[in-house]
Amino acid sequence: MVDSTHSSFARKPNWNWLKIAAIFIAAILSIPILVVLVNVLIGDGEVWRHLYHTVLADYVQNSLLLMLGVGFGAFAIGVPCAWFTSMCEFRGRKFLSWALLLPMAVPAYIIAYTYTGVFDFAGPVQTFIRDVTGWSYGEYWFFEVRSLGGAIVMLTLVLYPYVYLMSRAAFLEQSANTLEVSRTLGYSSQKAFFKLALPLARPAIVTGLSLVLMETLADYGTVQYFSVNTFTTGILRTFYGFGDIAAASQLAGVLLLFVAVLILLERYSRHRIRYHSSGLRKATNRRIELKGSRGILTTVFCWLPVLFGFILPVGVLIYWALFKAELPGWDFVQLAWNSFYLAALAALIAVSLSLLLCYAIRLNNDRSVRASVGIAGLGYALPGTIIAIGTIVPLAWLDHRLIDLIKYYTGENVGLIFSGTLFALLFAYTVRFMAVSLGAVQNGLGKIKPSMDMAGRSLGLSPAKVLKRIHMPLLKGSVLTALLIVFVDVLKELPATLVLRPFNFNTLAVRAFELASDERLIDAAPPSLMIVLVGLVPVILLSRSISSRIEHSN
Amino acid sequence: MTLLPPHEVLKVMTLTNVSVGYSGSVVVENASFQLSEGQIGCLLGPSGCGKSTLLRAIAGFEILMSGDIKMDGKVISTPSYGMNPEHRKIGMVFQDIALFPHLTIAQNIAFGLSAWPKESAEERVAYLLELVGLSGFQMRYPHSLSGGQQQRIALARAIAPKPKLLLMDEPFSGLDAKLREELVPDIRKILQHEKMSALLVTHDQMEAFSMADQVFVMDAGVIHQTGSPYQIYHEPETRFVASFIGHGDFLPATVCGANCVHSALGNIHGDLDHGFADDTKVDLLIRPDDILHDDDSEFVGVIVSKLFRGSHFLYRVKLSSGKVVYCFASSHHDHAVGQEIGLSVHLDHLVMFPRE
Repeated sequence: MVDSTHSSFARKPNWNWLKIAAIFIAAILSIPILVVLVNVLIGDGEVWRHLYHTVLADYVQNSLLLMLGVGFGAFAIGVPCAWFTSMCEFRGRKFLSWALLLPMAVPAYIIAYTYTGVFDFAGPVQTFIRDVTGWSYGEYWFFEVRSLGGAIVMLTLVLYPYVYLMSRAAFLEQSANTLEVSRTLGYSSQKAFFKLALPLARPAIVTGLSLVLMETLADYGTVQYFSVNTFTTGILRTFYGFGDIAAASQLAGVLLLFVAVLILLERYSRHRIRYHSSGLRKATNRRIELKGSRGILTTVFCWLPVLFGFILPVGVLIYWALFKAELPGWDFVQLAWNSFYLAALAALIAVSLSLLLCYAIRLNNDRSVRASVGIAGLGYALPGTIIAIGTIVPLAWLDHRLIDLIKYYTGENVGLIFSGTLFALLFAYTVRFMAVSLGAVQNGLGKIKPSMDMAGRSLGLSPAKVLKRIHMPLLKGSVLTALLIVFVDVLKELPATLVLRPFNFNTLAVRAFELASDERLIDAAPPSLMIVLVGLVPVILLSRSISSRIEHSN
Repeated sequence: MTLLPPHEVLKVMTLTNVSVGYSGSVVVENASFQLSEGQIGCLLGPSGCGKSTLLRAIAGFEILMSGDIKMDGKVISTPSYGMNPEHRKIGMVFQDIALFPHLTIAQNIAFGLSAWPKESAEERVAYLLELVGLSGFQMRYPHSLSGGQQQRIALARAIAPKPKLLLMDEPFSGLDAKLREELVPDIRKILQHEKMSALLVTHDQMEAFSMADQVFVMDAGVIHQTGSPYQIYHEPETRFVASFIGHGDFLPATVCGANCVHSALGNIHGDLDHGFADDTKVDLLIRPDDILHDDDSEFVGVIVSKLFRGSHFLYRVKLSSGKVVYCFASSHHDHAVGQEIGLSVHLDHLVMFPRE
């Protein structure tokens, strides 16, 4: 009679292995950040004083200026474009509203190489000027791409879509009613924008900006190539150049402080979004028709970021890759294969762990599990350089212990087991990109309401069958999305790959970086183009899901 | 082993002293009731009173802390044992409808029929679609249906495998009033047609009155009263039931005989003995239709506010004692606020509670 015990969907302690697994995963994934923090604490004051007197001011100043510039730029491009495409009607609006997302597919370091190739002394533009005017070096002024200002422009061009995306969603959610109410209360439409629409969208804009600033802080490829000294370049230089783990960790610790502020800012404003959004999407947002010169100006304004953030650099990349670069040979296939299988493996790991964590939270939603999921998802804010150091330090320590141990017993030197292998790389990717896959899976699982589980059970399904017949078909889409996003993010990732890759193991991103560092910008085009093209897939999916959501509401 | 009394055998479901709770806190305490074959029961109570938890316990999604649940005389839940929900033959309609978005309407309804031969399952689906008035919707997907249509499909899906008992958790809460009025008689008819017992959970007494044969009024985890809708309205057994069901006021009164009380509106007589001792201070339940506008009455009150309800006025009237009560008047008796009107009490049955 007691053959069937209580169902797993009723509360029972049997699922606790999931809870334990969730806590365990969170603990493992938090190792890198803990290692950095511990090194900050145990590092002696001497190192600190040295850093303080030499490079710190430089790093802080450059990082702050970079953040300020990129933040301002992303705001100035993202918010108006979002407003125009969501609330106004003008020529090309439909196309632009998704085309404005395209620059997301281009990593900052790739756009930096491309523009350097175009605008530096030996590039086609300056060459053309010299040919036409007959001037030679030093006789004319031309802006220097490889500068702090250049870095700001590059990062702005590819990061503004975060602000655009978030503020556009906020604008679309504001019902036309809100604005109409303000008109009946005597506000002009301009005044309504500044007094109502903008403040209402503020939490969303701040969320977008904090994501932009996190990416700015995490950037390594651009600032390194432009010789702008920031934390990320400083950390890697101290770590590689001087082998000084303590100093690198101290710097990473200061960088963490910046990141922590941004995380708090982001969490807080995400929280506020919930209060500010009506939750109801108004079906009929009547758009303001922009005619004549105003319409043309708006069209041009919205075209500029697409042109400079995507069309121009990608066009140049295509031209170089097809007509100028060395024909990619066998080693290019090897490079692509390395990148793809690494990205695929990392995606599989991150998504499997996400599924486990999401089910842990669904089946026992208590504080420890929720905290674990929160910690596991923190990596998105951590720059790859920090994760790389936090990964290599403990793994190297572990390897050396293991080598000593095995040598002691067998007399053989087994070499590095964890730190010099793909294991380290995959671990760092998982830490860094866990959040995006968690988000996608959680989103999908959230749509399967608990009552659907119960409906399935009361219609005669066992828990296993509920998973198979209800959850699997409904989750398929989100899981594929999660796999795709992680895949592409890993493909683009530069600093962690650079630090952690096994000896002589190259990926597309690393190869592009190396070629660019050797001033072979044109030869860097094929791997760069490959990254951009693969990166386009999730952007297209994203823009399609946005436009279909709007179709539904219309 | 003692033989069960004959009426016990006919009960589809019996709850005996059922308590349910999470980690120490008790949500439902000592609930006992029964449902006979074909009967429609209703757990009625304010939100948070534990009625949904009790429903989930019956469906097998909650563990009992004490007591037991029987179906057809067979134990299906005790604190140490719980038959899995999928084996209980209990259907359920959920508050948020919970149709499976990835399946067509036909597949949704056939979801619980996987063990049936293909042809009879198809037949059953077609029959149910006709019963709920949605023939021809087989190939549609849930998102293309309106709320009322989805609700009907959810019902069809739940009753498709011919469960012994159908549970419905606030099934009409997401629907507008007009739709609900249409749907309720339909569902009653369908249940009767399928000879199915049902248990409904709601906080809306109108819903309970129109659906249920038997109402179980719940508050703070306790079942206060079991009875027909008429009984719980006219013969409430506890103060909570009296105030939760319908409009009403408690008029302070003093017992002055076996079937009589004295109040600000004079001596009031009932048909039956009320069982309170003389001079006991009590609160008498007065429904709006118990106090009538009567120009000849010696008792008067001042109108505080009024509501026009078409066929009648609902006045709030302040008595000389300061107590404010409802008063019904036909819509021909249009009086202004502040005016004094005569009142008389017409009560068959005295419902009262010791003064608090």
